[in-house]
Order: sequence, then C-alpha cells, then structure tokens
Amino acid sequence: MTPVATPFFFYLLSGLALLGGILVITRKNAVHSALALILTLLALAGLYLMLYAPFVAGVQIILYAGGIMVLFLFVIMLVSIEKSQREDQFNKQWIGGLVGAVALGALFVRVFVRSKALHDLTGMPMAQLPEQSNTQEIAVYLYGNYMLAFEIASLLLLVAIIGAVVMAKKRI
Amino acid sequence: MLDYVTSYLRSNTTPGQAGNLLWAFIYIILIFLGLSVAVIAMNWLERKILAHMQVRLGPMRVGPHGLLQPIADAIKLLIKEDIMPAEADKSVFWIAPVLIVITAFTTFIVVPFGPTHAVTDMNIGVLFMLGVSSLSVLGVVMAGWASNSHYPLIGALRSSAQMVSYEIAMGLAVVAAVLMTSLHGNGLYGVAHGAVGDGTLSMIDIVKAQQDQHAWFIFKFFPLGLIAFFIFAVAMIAETNRAPFDLPEAESELTAGFHTEYSGFRWSLFFLAEYSAMIAVSSIAVTLWLGGWLRPFPTWLTGETWDLVFSLFPAATFLLLALIALVGTLRMPKHPYFRVQTLGLAGFAAVLALIGILLLLPPVRDRIQDIYWFSLKVAGFMYLYIWYRGTFPRYRFDQLMRVGWKVLLPVGLGVLILTAIVGVLL
Amino acid sequence: MSDPSTNISHLELGDRNETFLDSNELVINMGPQHPATHGVLRVILKLDGEKVLGTECVIGYLHRGVEKIAENRTYAMFNPYVDRMDYVAAVSNGLGYCEAVEKLLNVQAPPRANYIRVILTELNRLASHMLWLGTHALDIGAITPLFYTFRDREEILKIFEKYCGARLTTHAFRIGGCLYETYDGFEKDVTNFLDFVTPKIDEYEELLTTNRIWVERTKNVGKISGKECIALGVTGPVLRASGVRWDVRKAQPYAAYSDFDFEIPIGQNGDTYDRYLVRMAEMRQSLHIIRQAVGKIPEGPIMAKVPKVIKPPVGEIYHSIEAPKGELGYFIVSDGSTQPYRLRVRPPSFVNLQALDMMVRGQLVADVVAVIGTLDIVLGEVDR
Repeated sequence: MTPVATPFFFYLLSGLALLGGILVITRKNAVHSALALILTLLALAGLYLMLYAPFVAGVQIILYAGGIMVLFLFVIMLVSIEKSQREDQFNKQWIGGLVGAVALGALFVRVFVRSKALHDLTGMPMAQLPEQSNTQEIAVYLYGNYMLAFEIASLLLLVAIIGAVVMAKKRI
Repeated sequence: MLDYVTSYLRSNTTPGQAGNLLWAFIYIILIFLGLSVAVIAMNWLERKILAHMQVRLGPMRVGPHGLLQPIADAIKLLIKEDIMPAEADKSVFWIAPVLIVITAFTTFIVVPFGPTHAVTDMNIGVLFMLGVSSLSVLGVVMAGWASNSHYPLIGALRSSAQMVSYEIAMGLAVVAAVLMTSLHGNGLYGVAHGAVGDGTLSMIDIVKAQQDQHAWFIFKFFPLGLIAFFIFAVAMIAETNRAPFDLPEAESELTAGFHTEYSGFRWSLFFLAEYSAMIAVSSIAVTLWLGGWLRPFPTWLTGETWDLVFSLFPAATFLLLALIALVGTLRMPKHPYFRVQTLGLAGFAAVLALIGILLLLPPVRDRIQDIYWFSLKVAGFMYLYIWYRGTFPRYRFDQLMRVGWKVLLPVGLGVLILTAIVGVLL
Repeated sequence: MSDPSTNISHLELGDRNETFLDSNELVINMGPQHPATHGVLRVILKLDGEKVLGTECVIGYLHRGVEKIAENRTYAMFNPYVDRMDYVAAVSNGLGYCEAVEKLLNVQAPPRANYIRVILTELNRLASHMLWLGTHALDIGAITPLFYTFRDREEILKIFEKYCGARLTTHAFRIGGCLYETYDGFEKDVTNFLDFVTPKIDEYEELLTTNRIWVERTKNVGKISGKECIALGVTGPVLRASGVRWDVRKAQPYAAYSDFDFEIPIGQNGDTYDRYLVRMAEMRQSLHIIRQAVGKIPEGPIMAKVPKVIKPPVGEIYHSIEAPKGELGYFIVSDGSTQPYRLRVRPPSFVNLQALDMMVRGQLVADVVAVIGTLDIVLGEVDR
C-alpha cells in the first residue's frame, strides 16, 4: 500500500487535534467544548490509522466519539446553558496551567531532541512502524498473553457500572 | 494514462487496495449518485407501497403514477425558505445536518457490492461501518440541542439513549457473525475443513468466508445464525429510528423530534441521511448474514447452466419493469391531457428496456451480477422497513429500553457464547 | 380572571434560584398546535425526564358561545347549532336536543321516527368510534388503521348524505320527529353496510387486539377506577371500561332503545386497553341494534303534532342520552317564550377531559398521547 501525501495528512490531523484541544479549554459553552473534544478524538483516530493501527482507530471512534462523548453531551445538554454562562468559571488557574503546559512541552521537545541525537550517535533505528494491519496481533495479545490483565480490567469496569447504577438510581 | 485506467479493470481487487486513485474516485462518484437515486426511488416507493397497504393510491399527479413526485419534492425543498430559529446555536445548528450526511455516506466506502466493487476493503470493515454510523448520534444530539427548543431536545435525548443502547446489541450480533468467519465447525455443523481458521473483520473477506464455507451465516449453526441475524435486524431498525422504534421523531408526541426546527434544504439533508443510513445498515446485514453479493442457491443449483440462468436475472428484472411500464403506458387514458404523461411513461419503459438489453451483454452481465444480487437483498430490507411502518404501533420509551437491554442484550450474549462453543466443539 | 397562559401555579414550577445543575424538570407545552391533541387542546406538561409530574389543560380555543347563542334563537333555529359541538357525532347531539325539547313540550315522537332515530344514531356511534379508533391508533404509532376506518366511515357518511343531504353536520332530526322520510332503499343500504362492516371490524381487531406493541402501549396505561370515574363524573366507554355498568340507553331508555336487545360491554381494569376493547365491543353491539331496528321499522307518521311556533310552558328540563363519548345532557330553562331562557349542555368530552391529569400523573410522555386518544375528546364539544 503506497502512502498518499503522508506529511500533509499528519500535519492536518495534528493541527485539528491541537485546535480541538485548545477549543475545549477556551469555550465557555460546555456543548461547544464537548464538540471540540470530539474533533480532537476523531483527529487522533486518523493519526492511529496513519500508524497502521486501524483497530485502535475504529475502537477510538466507536467508544470515545460515538459512545462516551454522546453520554457527555447527554448530560451537558440538560444543563441550562444560559445559567452556566452567567456563572463564573470555577477554574481560573491560568498561571498554573500555563506553567504546566510549558513544562510538558519542554519535556516532549527534550525527549525528541535527545532520541534524535541518540539515533545519530549510535545508528539505532527509530521506532519501527508495522507495515500492515495488526488487528489479529492485538487479539492474540489481548486474549493470549495478557488475558488475566484484560479480564481484571473488565471486572473493574463491571464493578464501576454496578456502582454507578446503585448511586444513580433512587430506588432499586 | 490509458493503461492506468484499464489496468485496474483487469486486476482483481478493489480500487482502494490497488491504490488506483482514479477508479476509487469513480467508485465514490458512482456510489454517491447511486445512493442519491436509491433514496429518491425509496421516497417514491415508500409512499406508493404504504399507500397501497392503506387502501389509497399515493402520489398520482406529478408524472405518470407520481413518478416525478420525489423530484418535485426535492425542488420544493431546495427553494424553500431556510429558517434558523432566532435563539438557536448557529454554528452547531449548521454543522449537525452536514455531519449526519457525511457519516451516512462515509459508511459506504467499505460496502462490498461485489468482490471488486467497493471503494476499498479495510481489514476493520465492519468496525469502521459501525463506528462511523455511530457518529450520526452526534449529529442528532447536536441538532436537538442547537434548536434550543423542548421537543427537539427531548427527541435528541431519546435518540441518543436509543442509538447508544442498541449499538451494544448490534455489536454483539456482529461479533457472533465475525466469529463464524473463523469457525468452520466439526461433525454436526461442519461445513468445510473442520478447522478453526482466521477470522476477519473485512467486509469482502466475510462474504468470501461464506462462499468458502458454502453457507450464508444466517443458516450457519442453525438456529444461532438466525437468532444473531434477528437481533441485528431489530437493532438496526432502532438504530435508524424507524417504526416501530421511531420515538425520536414520534410524530404524535414530539411533532418531528430532533429535526422539528429544521426546514427546507437542511431538513432534506436529514431525510437523505436517514434513508442512506437505512441502506447502510441493511448492507451490513446483507454482508454479514445473507451472503453479500453471492447469488441464491450457490451450492444446490450449480453448473454452467444455472450460472447462466442466474446471470440473466438482472436483465430479466429490468425487462420486467419495462414491461410493467409499457402496460402502464397502454392503460393510460386516451385523452390529449395525458399525452405528455403517456409519452413520458413510454420513454421510461424504453430506458428500462435499454438497460435490460445492455445487461444481456456478457461482459456487462458478469460485472453487474454481483451488484444486482447485493442490491436485491438490500431492497428486500427496504421493503421490510416500509412494511413495518405500515403495520406496527410505536414502542414507548421504557419498553424500547427494556427490549434493548433485557431481551436483545442477554440473547446476543448467549448467542455469542453458544456460537463459540458450537463452533469449537460440535 | 387571570390570563390562562400564565396560570400554571399549581404545577409548582420551582424557584428560580436553583443552580444550573438541578434543571431536570422541564415544562413543555403540548398544543394548541400539536398533531396529537385532536384539535386545539393545550396541555402544559411538567416533566421529569420522560415522566409526567403534572398536567394542566388549557381549553377554550374553540369556544363559540353555543350556550349563549341558544338564548337568542328560537328552539327550532337552535337545532342545527348543536351539530357543531361534537361534530363527529352530530346526529347524537341533535337527538339529545330534540328529545329534551320534546320532553319540555310534552310531545312524543312517533314510533317510526324513533326507529329512524335509533338507526341513524347508532350509525353515528359507529362513525364516531371509527374515527376514534383511527386517530387513537395513529397517536400510538399505527398509521394504517386510520385509513381503514376512514374508508368504512365513508359508507356511513354516504348513508347520511343520502338521507338528509349532509355528511357531517347532519341536522337529521327535528323537534317532534324527523323531517325526512327514509329514502327508497334505505333499509337495503343499511343492511348492506352492516354486512360490509362486520368483517372490517374483525380486520381492525386483527391489526391491533393481539399486537404485542399495541397491548404493551395500552395495558396499565391511564388507569382509572370506577370510583374515581364516578367522583369525576366521567361517563361513557371510559366509565364502562372501569367496570361500572352504566349506559343511559339501558338505565333511562329513550327513543326506541327499550325495544331492542343489546348488551353493555364493560371492562375490568379501567386501562387504555380495556377502553379499546369496550369500544370495539360497543361497535359490534351497535351493529346488533341496527340489525334489529332496520328489520322492523314500523309504518306510520314520522312527525308528531308540534305547534308551528314552539313555545314550551314555563319550566325546566334535563334530558340526557348516551352519546358515543358518554352522557350528553341538555338542561333547558324555559320562560314560556319562543327562546330558551338558559340552555346548558353537559358535554361528555368536557367532563371526561377532567380525568386526564389523574390518569397520566406518574406515567410517561407517550402515555399522555395515548390517554388523550383514549378519552376520545372532541374539542368542539369541550369548548362549545
């Protein structure tokens, strides 16, 4: 399979993801924030596809964009927007946020520069991308090598579901 | 250049896999046009079929037997005033219908109309279709919220809850079918090699698996395949918000549900999306359980003769339609007032006959046959949709949720587990 | 009187100071333009999600002052006005009014007129019930029965048209009897209709009675007990579906009803499904009555001796009949002049509508639609 205009799509998707992320924290309207988050998630799904991880991309779309975000919206929609816009945003730690963002960004840059230097120095290969689909390998790992961890995680989720039902329901 | 165009025709894959951008583009255009025509045809057929079920005639005025009615409606919708409620959230109100249409059309990228007739073949085909069609919930929710009105909001809440719930049952049924691609079964249910093969999520490979195993999955591990199919068939009606699960747009309760405030062209986008989504989920059902593009009785009626007979079906269908149109032409009232209509119907008959004759040519016949069987099976589902609408009352919200969570979900889980057990042991 | 649009106090709309996270309760306006309120009924619903916390009906959008008009018209002139109240059961309205005035005048309609009255009234009951069935099923989402019932109702309207020239607002009866003699072939038309419609009613039942979705949508929906019905004054099929055997045709026979043998179908649970069954059974009983009546229409005059100028003696009268929707009563006060001093209608729809709030409280939005349908209201009659 020949890649088509790969850098273009990479920058497009990353740009969309970043744009969505910025919109999420700057919008006052909660619904707009949620929609921006969906944009970010979809852009990430596109990036997964570019990394030859179609299964992860599909699951990202189904679970996050199609499932979880719908539930988010579901709750947010019931909130009266006019009232929420009149209320003060309860998060005003601009300085702290900025410092955190800069620190994280610096970390990323550092890691990138350092690994590139290592690569140049030792000739060790950069991360190798799989050349074809790896859906079946994911299955093998999930249900073979890491079966126990997978099952424990699902059990944890089950507990969470039951807990949520118990807490939300007025009478059972 | 010419070589680039023709090289694909000789190849044996989809344009996406062959990396042939030109043909991929042609397929996208063809699917887009075909889908639009299908939606227009569905519009007319639904009104006609429903009308005949309800002892009335349906559209009769615009064109012979109302054949031009959908076109008249389309023009009306296009030139209608576009109303945006004053208090609506403008941007979201604007995006919602576009988003719904995009998701409805995008799913068709992986629909296999034939072994080579798809835009592309993804190895997560089914997952892709389910995922993208699940995004249409977002459009519904956005439309309902952006209208800033109570009825659309309730409609949006209902539909988001409904679609998210039924997606789970749908997913379980799909997993059961995907499981069948890898399980050939032994002894009792054994169909082919009696071994556990590789499973696949690719739409084309799923059909090929049915071909190899000589069994459509609806009949496989009887009755498990049938039950899984039934679960999917119920869930897909709920997923597309059609009767008897049409609560989000329950006319008698919520006027028109989430698109109450939409009008004109924007509304027609919702309409287009609804019908494309119906065709999309029907395509999944056909691919997963009804053998996709495979012709009926591939194992019983084999041999050259039968192949020839079945390959003549598309032409026969079009010629039959042409005959019906011809009879209609002859039965038109002999009155000058109807002259244009009569000529129009005669022309329609001629076009249909021409297509029929074209389909008799061997090279066309071979390429079109797959598409024909696929479309015929999808059309069967479309008829069922209309039939349901004419027959059933509407479920109430709590009953709908009960059916989804307390009936379809456990049964789906049971089918999944039993399929695995049966496939490995029996 | 305060403006009805702001008078929603008893719904306890809550204080305005709650934070934006507690806005689960929703007040929506159903109507007056709404596909399921059968006209111009406005229902203000207070919802918690899908659950109905309370309702309030706002009526009067179709108020035409029928009772006031009566005070300015002679008795005969007012007769056509009553057709416009319950316009889908105009014949019943006319019958009630004519009989009330006859009672006031102390005249008796001749037996032949009474038989014609019974036949037409029962046909009208069928037409009204068919309209109810179609719209009720449509509200619950079954669109097909509507067309079936309209097809069959058409046959009834054809008979009306042949008899008196009008299809809907018939003005079929006059004070003292009937104006028109039956047309040639009337009996045959009616008998043909009976044979035509009997299998059709089975057809409706086939579509709905055992339909799982229909049963689920109507069973245990809008329950009301017989006691509550009586307390609210609810009559007609709604009352009978709650197990109270009360039918004016049997309890205080009027016209020629005492001559016929028929049963009063009753239900047990008082839910929407029982009301559906009761009305279906009533349609069959109506057919039974018509079949008996059409076979033995007596010969004789069709008009009693009524003075040209109707001047009833001073006094008052209350007369009620069993209209398709319940007990339809006329209370007339005469001051001896040619016009009623006061005329008061007891419309079944208006009284039955009172039960709406009791029936839907705690149920879901979709049930409101089902209950409005099952109450079988006609806004012309509610608002008058």
